[in-house]
Amino acid sequence: MSDPSLAIETRALTKKFGKQTVVNELYLSVPRGSVFGFLGPNGSGKTTTIRMLLGLASATGGEVNLLGEPMPRQLSGVLPRVGALIEGPGFYPFLSGAANLHRLDTADRYASGATRRRRVAEALDRVGLTNAAGKKVHAYSLGMKQRLGIANALLMPRELIVLDEPTNGLDPQGTREVRHLVRSLTEEGTTVFVSSHLLAEIEQMCTHAAVMRAGNLVAQGSLDELRHAGQTRVRVVTPDVESAERVFRALGLSPGHPEPTAHPGQLLDAEDDYALEAPLGDTLAPDAIVADLVAAGVRVRGFAVERATLEDLFVALTGEGFDVAQ
Amino acid sequence: MALMWSELSVLFRRRRTIVMLAALALIPVLVAVAVRISSAGSSGRGPAFINQIAGNGLFVSLVALTICIPLFLPLTVGVVAGDTIAGEASLGTLRYLLVSPAGRIRMLVVKYIAAIVFTAAATVVIVVAGIVVGAILFPVGPVTLLSGGTISIGESVVRALLIASYVTVSLLGLSAIGVFISTLTDVPVGAMAATVVISIVAQVADSLPQLDWLHPWLFSHYWLNFADLLRQPIEWSSFGSNALLQLGYVVVFGALAYGRFSSKDVLS
Ligand SMILES: Nc1ncnc2c1ncn2[C@@H]1O[C@H](COP(=O)(O)OP(=O)(O)O)[C@@H](O)[C@H]1O
Ligand SMILES: [Mg+2]
Repeated sequence: MSDPSLAIETRALTKKFGKQTVVNELYLSVPRGSVFGFLGPNGSGKTTTIRMLLGLASATGGEVNLLGEPMPRQLSGVLPRVGALIEGPGFYPFLSGAANLHRLDTADRYASGATRRRRVAEALDRVGLTNAAGKKVHAYSLGMKQRLGIANALLMPRELIVLDEPTNGLDPQGTREVRHLVRSLTEEGTTVFVSSHLLAEIEQMCTHAAVMRAGNLVAQGSLDELRHAGQTRVRVVTPDVESAERVFRALGLSPGHPEPTAHPGQLLDAEDDYALEAPLGDTLAPDAIVADLVAAGVRVRGFAVERATLEDLFVALTGEGFDVAQ
Repeated sequence: MALMWSELSVLFRRRRTIVMLAALALIPVLVAVAVRISSAGSSGRGPAFINQIAGNGLFVSLVALTICIPLFLPLTVGVVAGDTIAGEASLGTLRYLLVSPAGRIRMLVVKYIAAIVFTAAATVVIVVAGIVVGAILFPVGPVTLLSGGTISIGESVVRALLIASYVTVSLLGLSAIGVFISTLTDVPVGAMAATVVISIVAQVADSLPQLDWLHPWLFSHYWLNFADLLRQPIEWSSFGSNALLQLGYVVVFGALAYGRFSSKDVLS
């Protein structure tokens, strides 16, 4: 049974190339209407997953439901409702940008020839390529090709748009434009599934995200849920390290190794300050910790409750910030 | 249907396609000019066909086709057929066509038809260029047939086009082989080269008497047998057996291409 509130749903989706398992038992749930970030370092299996979602590659195991229909069985009925940019743009270099879109549009049986010219012009306009429409694609920059690829995904009204690393090759201005575009698409009710190896990008435009690591899905949910998955930590700066540690333990916290630190208001003749950190559970109120520290005579010179950023989470989950895994 | 038109327009707008057709058109021109120059100081050497040219310009087409059949036509057909799927894969357009979705079978059929249209265009270009250049450089008149009778100029142009269609049919098998090979790789040059090499191997095998049991099964076996179309009345039997043989190749390699392409992972 497929869940009608999901635009994409996979169950135990697996792809092996020979002995290498490139995608391992993926359970993806992409809610309709979301901007879903598919995050992972290069080589973590994002593109391979997208190829399976769209019926380009067959799965070694597992199931895919796209817009409520099983893939690849219902491919010819589902794909007209899906626009896609996969692993960068692919075009005929000897044709103009507009001619390329015309060509790809003819492949869609549901795309009317009568409206083709208008739809191509609108799609080009939407990505800001109207002025380059008549130019041959071999004269396009990588960024222009990338935009043309996005325009191709927008030729028809779509329920789902899949964008594989859409900001590759774009300058910061182009990246911002893509963000705007994605936002305007969601306002029209389109679900957007966007892959990236850059966390910042996902953080800025997505409502939901999933994190891949070496073919495994290591986290998935709304951005808020993911932020909550990151641990909060409590941090105290004090010269009285031993007493502070005792208070922490008494409260059921497990402090890490104290680190020597300096703080801006430090007196010249003061004793050395140390920072003591410990993961904070849901049950303990931070003010209770301060009260106990003070009651134990600990000179609290700094106190903070820090929530792990998505960056920390991403680093913790994938083992590194970005670039190649494996 | 829109996809078919788009396919043809992409194919015939490509500079490579235009260059190949122009090169083929050049061959009857070269033949005619060479005969013209040498017949000025006529030596009377050379095959019978070629000597007919000086007497009747309509023979230029025939000689040019005969020259093109063993190598130049298989070469250009191999380029187009070998490029069909592998070329789209290497450009990265194949994945976009397929998610449009073009449909894999539809894609194959459209590609194969486009290859056939190119073959027909190539042979017609040779024939028409031959007729035109022949008419310019030599006298043109009623043609004396192999069987003895003569036919009018109009009738002989029809016969020339009939021969062009014979040659087109002759190359259906090779096109099907090319399209199949094209589904095996993402490297178009490889598929093109393999197709051309196969056409040469088939012709070599056809000329080895030790392999005479194999000859009737080779797709190139009837390639040069179009002379029967120059008899009065027309002798259709070689046309028929050629068409049947080519049909066999189309069925076999069409099925192989379908089997391969319908289940292929498109990772380009
Ligand atoms: N055609 C292929 N044959 C074998 N391995 C492949 C093929 N394509 C991709 N891979 C491997 O699959 C893994 C995931 O690749 P990919 O899905 O492209 O990652 P991403 O898109 O996340 O960068 C990589 O380790 C890559 O080497
Ligand atoms: Mg990728």
